[in-house]
Amino acid sequence: MSSAIPLRLYVNGDRYEIAVEPRRTLADALREDCGLTGTHLGCEHGVCGACTVLVDGQPVRSCLMFAVQAEDTSVRTVEGLAPDEERLHPVQQAFWENHGLQCGFCTPGFLVLIAGYLEEHPDAEEAELREVLSSNLCRCTGYQNILTSTMCAARAMRGEP
Amino acid sequence: MTGAEPPTWTGRALPRLEDPAIVRGWGRYVGDIAARDQSCLHARFVRSAVAAGRLISVTAPPGVTLFTAADLAEVKPIRAVLNRPDFVAVDTPILATGMVRFVGEPVGLVIAASEAEAEDALELVDVEIEPLPAVVSAEQALAPGAPLVHAVDYPGDPNTVVDGRIHTEGFDAAFARADRIVEIQVSSARQSAMPLEARAAHAAYDRASGRSTLHVTTQMPHLIRTGIAHSLGLREDDLRVVAPDVGGGFGAKMALAREDVALVWASRRLRRAIAWLETREENFLAAWHSREQVYDITGAFTADGELLALRGDLVCDVGAYSCYPVTWGVEPLMAMAELPGAYRVREYSVRSRAIVTNKCPIAPYRGVSRPVQVLAMERLFDVAAAELGLDRVAIRARNLITQFPHRSPSGLVLDEASHLETLRAATERADLADFRDRQERARAQGRYLGLGIACFAERTGYGTPAFAARSRPIQLGREPAPLITPGYERAVLTMDPSGALTLRIGASPHGQGLRTTLAQLVCDELGLEPGAVRVIASDTDATPYGWGSFASRAMVIAGGASLLAARELAARLRVLAAARLGGLPDDIELAGGQAVRAGEETGVSLATLARDTYLNAHLIPDKGEPALEAVGRYDPSGTFANACHVAEVEVDPLTGQVSVTRFLVAEDAGRLINPAIVDGQIHGGVAQGVANALYEELIYDERGVLVTTSLMDYLPPTIAEMPGIDIVHLDTRSAESITGAKGVGEGGTIGAPAAIANAVSDALAPFGVGVFHLPATPHRVRTAVRTGADIRRTEKGTAS
Amino acid sequence: MKPSPFEYVRPRDLAEALAAIAQDPDDSKILAGGQSLIPMMNFRLARPARLVDVNRVPGLAGLAADGDRVRVGTLTRHHAMERTPLPGPLGDLLRRAAAHVGHLPIRTRGTFGGSIAHCDAASEWCLVARLLDAEMTVRSQARGTRVIPAADFFQAVFTTAMAPDEILTSIALPALDEHYRTGIAEFARRAGDFAIVAATAAVRVEDGLVTEARICLGGVAEVPLRSAAAERVLLGARWSPELVTAAAEAAAADCDPPGDAHGDPAYRRDLVRALIPRALGLDVRR
Ligand SMILES: Cc1cc2nc3c(=O)[nH]c(=O)nc-3n(C[C@H](O)[C@H](O)[C@H](O)COP(=O)(O)OP(=O)(O)OC[C@H]3O[C@@H](n4cnc5c(N)ncnc54)[C@H](O)[C@@H]3O)c2cc1C
Ligand code: FES
Ligand code: FES
Repeated sequence: MSSAIPLRLYVNGDRYEIAVEPRRTLADALREDCGLTGTHLGCEHGVCGACTVLVDGQPVRSCLMFAVQAEDTSVRTVEGLAPDEERLHPVQQAFWENHGLQCGFCTPGFLVLIAGYLEEHPDAEEAELREVLSSNLCRCTGYQNILTSTMCAARAMRGEP
Repeated sequence: MTGAEPPTWTGRALPRLEDPAIVRGWGRYVGDIAARDQSCLHARFVRSAVAAGRLISVTAPPGVTLFTAADLAEVKPIRAVLNRPDFVAVDTPILATGMVRFVGEPVGLVIAASEAEAEDALELVDVEIEPLPAVVSAEQALAPGAPLVHAVDYPGDPNTVVDGRIHTEGFDAAFARADRIVEIQVSSARQSAMPLEARAAHAAYDRASGRSTLHVTTQMPHLIRTGIAHSLGLREDDLRVVAPDVGGGFGAKMALAREDVALVWASRRLRRAIAWLETREENFLAAWHSREQVYDITGAFTADGELLALRGDLVCDVGAYSCYPVTWGVEPLMAMAELPGAYRVREYSVRSRAIVTNKCPIAPYRGVSRPVQVLAMERLFDVAAAELGLDRVAIRARNLITQFPHRSPSGLVLDEASHLETLRAATERADLADFRDRQERARAQGRYLGLGIACFAERTGYGTPAFAARSRPIQLGREPAPLITPGYERAVLTMDPSGALTLRIGASPHGQGLRTTLAQLVCDELGLEPGAVRVIASDTDATPYGWGSFASRAMVIAGGASLLAARELAARLRVLAAARLGGLPDDIELAGGQAVRAGEETGVSLATLARDTYLNAHLIPDKGEPALEAVGRYDPSGTFANACHVAEVEVDPLTGQVSVTRFLVAEDAGRLINPAIVDGQIHGGVAQGVANALYEELIYDERGVLVTTSLMDYLPPTIAEMPGIDIVHLDTRSAESITGAKGVGEGGTIGAPAAIANAVSDALAPFGVGVFHLPATPHRVRTAVRTGADIRRTEKGTAS
Repeated sequence: MKPSPFEYVRPRDLAEALAAIAQDPDDSKILAGGQSLIPMMNFRLARPARLVDVNRVPGLAGLAADGDRVRVGTLTRHHAMERTPLPGPLGDLLRRAAAHVGHLPIRTRGTFGGSIAHCDAASEWCLVARLLDAEMTVRSQARGTRVIPAADFFQAVFTTAMAPDEILTSIALPALDEHYRTGIAEFARRAGDFAIVAATAAVRVEDGLVTEARICLGGVAEVPLRSAAAERVLLGARWSPELVTAAAEAAAADCDPPGDAHGDPAYRRDLVRALIPRALGLDVRR
């Protein structure tokens, strides 16, 4: 059995010095070694998207990446979306106001996916956003309010009313 | 919602109080508790790879911590029974012993320091099973000479564990009088509720007190405690069960898991905390299935479309064991009692059976049998309308129940509802004439559109009397069974010395937003803001005994109990305030955190009343209790919500692809406590209905091995497969619900499959084929178009 | 759903990577995007003793013109293919094919070469490679560079002509002139799923006559299948919708697809018939 190797991760702007076996996925390292349990695991084979995080700004399945691969990258998780404990990220705010979540298990994955996408593509339109949203599964909401929340967040991020 | 905000908190689409933490990633799900417990051990279950066989041995090399049935010899099996003469009871051992009965059945438990190491250990375990012939479909189970899944006495046919019948007196005469007999068979494939969070549990043991604490993904913590304590021979007080944030349930988390019992046992044995985090693959294999049902139904109609009599032969493949607490009677007995649904059926003859097979046991899944019941009735009406040359809206309108209360042929009493009105509202909004135009124009271009309608009644919020009715007090010389009759809810509302409110409930939310809606209800009675009310649920140490959240019951029953508690507390506060302010309690108004005498400007704050009640008890005017606490109890007989769903689809006849292009819901759930949450329940329910209709299917091969064990094979829809959903609300109040609310948790799932099946059949009319088996996968639709044969279940049970 | 243990190696250049894999080729695996390998490892269907992570090896990503060809670096992510500015019928085909590969978070990691090395019969990139008779450049420490044509490269399910110590470095595709009509159409149950059947086409039409015809199908055989029957029908004939329908008929009649839970052979043949015209931009309904 291979043993743990030291690893430095930058997550949400914080530095984590951890030691992991190479087989530790990024998702498990975030959850267990960094204590960032907002990133969820719903399938561990890449389909559900509950584990979606941003690595160097790009959405990835953290169940399909080993933690050691994230060395020297910048990782962003749901815990890193809000600017502080008073304010929410516009996507978080929109999900709250538009009832975009029920059980909340899929929610971190959707929030990270959308926040990452809208920050890069502020002018994205509905069809394009639907396509992006089809990356992840939600079992509770039927996606109706996820879409509404996303459109609302897009407007807010563009500074529209 | 249109119009101004109502003057009360109740009725507003208030953003949920639970959400700010969850959107920050601060939720606490069971897996998170395990992830943060650096010292806990991890469990993995050794599972049978064969469907039926004699278990010879389960062994592991030294160094692997393995427990098998022999280690658990003292642990009592789970026994989920109903007292009915046709009910066959069996034991579910916690770990299989002697025989294995389905692929995925737990035969052992390995424990290691981490999940990865537990999986390493699992690979070292050697399981020896002598395979026996497996029964993999209800047809096989009922065939002469079929192997017996359980070697017990069957009062009727072999492998038949529930065999219910109803035959009304006038049935034969009514049947004979019919102008037209319409016979159809409908069926549904096996499905999984598939909450996005698979099951998980974390069992801790406290040496000092000898107590265990189980954090677990359950919809019914109190009942789980009762079940586990019974199995392990513990006092219930030795076990605390907590359901923290739960990532969806849909029924699949309301049954007691063998794995949870084993986990608590192992944790007590090793005196260590142990976590079990189910994998998605295990969730498909062993975490309950549902809906594998075949109904043969016959309608006896008059020439003008009146349904004189209804006959049904309903068969439910319930898998290998009886789930606790609702038993393997849950599907057939609900199907039998509620098949007529929203329709007036005076004469009724039905047989409804649970058949055991060597497959994963069934448990409730959102709607239980009703999606298939409604599929049966709604396909029947469409087929009858076509055969009789009648309009499909008219034939429904002719048969919907319009007089309330209505006594169904199975003895249910349907309270005030609005079947005809929802049918009208839905079909008007759908604009059927316009649709026909569009359909014709499309056909001319080689495009196939279809529209389908489904009406249903959804029995919700039923209490103890309804559950008691399923079991009849007959003993038949068997050992007295530990019967369980769910129903009531209690709510304990406390105002603390600072004036803050805590509401403790026995229901157990997992996404329904109960913390918000109950706060809305309660604060209106007390003149406070919802933020002043903290709802505590899902912890057996902190909440009154209750039955949890299932069967669309929480809002009706826990809501009712909470409302009663709030009213009682408000009355007490009025008494205290009147003593200070003068006047009668009835003159006191509670508003804005103050108690004010009618017509006056100032009064006394509730916080002051609270503080003095606890801290200056000598001031209590009537020498009453030095506490502000009220208990509400509610145990209604049930109330029926109702709805009409309309689906529009487009079918690509070349690929068999069905796209749902529009979905309309006209529903009546009485008073909407929080309209946003109600709509959310409907959206999610419809999505699962779309899934049932077109996508999801658990497939076993002929040896009884589950083939669909990943999300690459079992296909919950993404947003790309979902139509927009348009909702119209009607509001019929019933005396059966003191909050005015009817349950709304399951309706979406109940109506959508039938509406879609009818829509696809409508689209396929030019090809002369219809849909009688779900899901209507592209493969099946295309094959129907190519061969001209209806979509039906094949003998094998898993039509491909 | 946790992988078995392995040793992790992260070479800094190709020479190091080749050396690493040469040490123990049979028990080592190249880790590219990981979007196929890691799910298999999570299920413990793959259990390499050592992973050689080439993600930080420079020079393996990107598209470059190479004479009358376009050379695609093995590490080019699906997402980069989706956004490639490459003009003409080839650029169109690559962008459209990329959009069919999984979902955005899969495409940001998964690689063009990884798909080709993985050799899934329904993979869009395997189809495109076989369609255009791509040439795969592979290298090993022991034997240096060799070039394998697509016709020889894809051998069976998850099996290519590469030796265990070889690394795929680039894939050369022919630049297609403006006379080509290219396209892809596929049928999957849900958005982003692997196709049940996929069809790709590159047909050169000059003065109304088909001067070159390439049709490649996925999901109907163990590896991407060039439909000789369809190509025969097309080649030299006058371009028309009816011609394409006839080619689709020929392709459907000629193939011998497998059956599984998603469709029996007859259904797959129906899909071939439906998809070939759609790949060529014809909206055929009946
Ligand atoms: C949810 C989901 C949906 C998907 N949908 C699709 C889809 O619709 N269509 C599709 O085509 N794919 C799909 N994929 C797979 C995805 O495209 C993968 O990215 C691709 O199959 C493999 O590329 P990779 O870079 O991730 O390779 P890896 O997973 O890293 O490797 C795959 C295999 O190739 C080998 N390999 C990789 N690179 C090299 C190299 N340079 N030299 C030698 N060997 C190498 C590896 O050792 C391994 O055996 C999906 C994946 C997921 C998780
Ligand atoms: S857990 Fe990573 S995609 Fe499902
Ligand atoms: S909110 Fe429950 S899975 Fe999306």
